This record gives sequence, C-alpha cells and structure tokens, in this order.
Amino acid sequence: MALLTAKKLCVGYDGQAVLSDINFEINAGDYFCIIGENGSGKSTLMKTMLGLQNPISGVMEFGDGLNQNEIGYLPQQSIVQRDFPASVFEIVLSGCQNSLKNSFFYNNGHKKMAMENIKRMGIEDLKDRCYRELSGGQQQRVLLARALCATKRVLLLDEPVAGLDPQVTEEMYRLIKRLNDEGLTIIMISHDMGAVKDYATRILNVNDMEKMSC
Amino acid sequence: MLDKLLMYLEFPFVRYALVVGVLIALCSSLLGVTLVLKRYSFIGDGLSHVAFGALAIATVLQLTNKMIIVLPLTILFAILLLRKGQNAKIKGDAAIAMLSVGALAFGYLVMNLFPTSSNISGDVCSTLFGSTSILTLTKADVWACGILAIIVILIFILFYNRIFAVTFDENFANAVGTKVNLYNLLIATVIAVIIVLAMNLVGSLLISALVIFPALSAMSIFKSFKSVTIFSAISSMICALVGIIVSILAGTPVGSTIVAVDVVLFGVCYLVGRIKG
Repeated sequence: MALLTAKKLCVGYDGQAVLSDINFEINAGDYFCIIGENGSGKSTLMKTMLGLQNPISGVMEFGDGLNQNEIGYLPQQSIVQRDFPASVFEIVLSGCQNSLKNSFFYNNGHKKMAMENIKRMGIEDLKDRCYRELSGGQQQRVLLARALCATKRVLLLDEPVAGLDPQVTEEMYRLIKRLNDEGLTIIMISHDMGAVKDYATRILNVNDMEKMSC
Repeated sequence: MLDKLLMYLEFPFVRYALVVGVLIALCSSLLGVTLVLKRYSFIGDGLSHVAFGALAIATVLQLTNKMIIVLPLTILFAILLLRKGQNAKIKGDAAIAMLSVGALAFGYLVMNLFPTSSNISGDVCSTLFGSTSILTLTKADVWACGILAIIVILIFILFYNRIFAVTFDENFANAVGTKVNLYNLLIATVIAVIIVLAMNLVGSLLISALVIFPALSAMSIFKSFKSVTIFSAISSMICALVGIIVSILAGTPVGSTIVAVDVVLFGVCYLVGRIKG
C-alpha cells in the first residue's frame, strides 16, 4: 500500500491554483524527487504534503499507518537560525517534539534517540558545539539528524544541498542515499536535474504541468 | 554604607521593592531570548506604549486597580501584533511603530484633557520612566506582582521545550504537528503580562531594556539555549538588585539605574565574548 497518494490534487494559496491535476503514489522505500524551477509551485506542493496548507481541491492521502506529522522534514535554513545560540544536541532533540504528546519534558528515551541519530550522521564530536559556528554542511547534518528524530519512515528534504560547495554536496547526496538504502522513504525537492537522475527512483517534474484552474 | 543599607532595609517598602524588582527582572529576561531571536525586539517597546495609553485611560477613570484595564488591553494588542507579523499588509515594524507612537500620543492627550492631579508632567514622567513608583508599592501590589511572576515562570519552565522548538524553526515545528500558532499566542500573552509587570519597575519607556539586554549579554558569551536562558535570568536578577540598592543609596531614579547596570553588564559580556572568540 502506498504511503502517500495524491489524487487530482490541486495546490495553491488564497484560492489561486499554482499546480493542478497532480497524481502520484509514493511507496515505502522510494527515492522520490520533485523537480521544478523556482516559482514552479514545488514549495507549495511540499507545504500541502506536510499539512501546512490545505489543498484547493483533490486529496492527499496517507496510507499504511503513516500520520502527516510523522514525516521528517528538512526545511531550508532561515535567517533566524544563522545566529541562534543552541547546541547541536538541543537542536537534534527538538526533533522529538512530535512524540512529546502531552508531556512537557523529553525523557531518557528521547535523549537516547537524539544521540543515536547524531551518531548516525557522524557528528558526535560536534554534539556540544554551537550551531551557528558550524559549516553549512555540518548544519545540514544536524538538521537531518533532527528530521530523523521525527520519523522512522519518511524524510522530506527541501533543497538539501542549497548553498553547499560541490564536494559537500556530493557527501550530502551519498548520505541521503545511504538513509534510503537503510529503508527510509525519501522525498526530495530539487531544481538540480543532473544530480537527481543518478539517485532518484522516480521523478515528478512540475515544470511540465499545466497551470489550469481547478 | 552597609549601615545605611541595613537601615533602609528596615522599611517594608524597600523590602517590597527589592522582592518585586528581582521577580520582575527574572520574568522579563526569560522571554528576552525568544524575542531577540524571533526579531521581535521592538514588540516589547510597542506594547509598553500601549500599556502607557491604557494606564492613562485607567487613571482618568480613576480606577483603584488599574491592572483591570491595562492587562487585557496590552494582551489584546500583543496578539494583534503577532498575528499581523504573519500576513502583513502593513509590514511588522511599521505596524509596531504606528501603534506605539499612536498609543503614546493618545495616552498623553487623555491625561491632559482629563487631569486627575495638578502635576500632569510629573504623572507622565513617572509613568514613562518609573521614577519612584517602585518605592510606593503596597503589600497588595507585591502579592499581585509575585503571583503573576510565578505564573510566568511556571509557564516558561513547562513549555520550555516547545518555546525552543517554535523559536528555532517554526516551519519544522508546524510540519511535525506542533501547534505553532497556539504557542505564539502563548508567547504574546506572556510578553504582555511581563510588560505590564515591568512597567511598575522601570516605567514604560525603559521596559525593552529589561527584556533585551540580559538576552543579548548572555548570547554574546554562551552557546547553548539552556545556558543562555539561565545566564540571562541570573544576570537580570543581579542587575535589578544592584540597580535598586544603588538607587536607594545614591538617590537616583530606580528604573534608569537598573537599565544602566544592564548596559554596563552587556558591555562587559560583549568584551568577554570577543576575547573568548
């Protein structure tokens, strides 16, 4: 059964359609890429997938016991984060916020999970470092570890290599591929067709889609 | 000098001032980090002017308990301002500037049109700069401040993890199902309460200083959110304590003395941060 199914989905904001008649299925283990140029509506599609905004029409279904808030999300970095005084551990731990449920504080299980994902990303030695002092690639690994705390099954990556130099970009792609091999479903937003072709098992190109009204 | 201090401490109003001052300083420093990081530093300033306008209305109405008007009005505007930030037709900073000068002018106008005492400029000055008001607190004021302060501190501790999550990354928090709008609302309400509280201590023009200086001092030295929060809370309390004592001994206005101590501490922390690299 598909984890995520879009049926005749139409996305946009303020009632204005940006993309329409989107149909796809994402199955467990897929490396699914959504590509398109800036302004093509891929961010809007992504926000709809995350439940940050409602679809204009059509449906976005979650199957196989997946909840919308169990998608590990790697957002693009915001300006606020650049000078944020927080340790790597604090940030990764905040990925557990969806399993806090009604309790106020993180328990030892959450802390263990944060530590495991820090190790998984190979950034143990940075655990107590301040986020703002890290390089771009290191920061992405921190945010990836945080996303892993929020999910066991699906990662949604929004332009994960934006602003990284070629070597770090390559490392990042390999890291994501490894997570995919470990059984995680990857959904990636990108405008880099070349790189995407090497890794993705399926590609959705939103440039080709017609912008008609719903 | 110690004798003089001990003599002053014999007076209940001096003890009240110390207790309330330290509690208010603690509260105001807690959310400072969040405000600075969310780029909301000016909201404190804008809201304090709203509180000034509300206080003017309460004074004219000759209410014995001015909080009844001041607190709800300030909370209302805090919520409006934070909501405005999200889908702004008038940009956030312009909205705040508009509101703050508007409320200031309105407050002063009301106070002049319906004077309740012969010394209008004295009244205005003490609302704006706090002057001696902290030393005229009654036992009831102290209790009210104390209870509000404890509520604020409890809310902060209980929601610490969520406040961190919402401050660091709203989009991520939203995506994993945290009710971001609800917590922003909570933050706005708590800020409003803090501002109304702090108005007693430093007057409405100087409140922002109490909110942002401890946070900025801590951020220039410390590197984790927890240590930044703890340091800003402790340093803010110490500054308030030192400020009040100095103001009693030297006869200077309470509010501006506390803020001056905060500024000095920020200078020191900034230098330490620079040297440590």
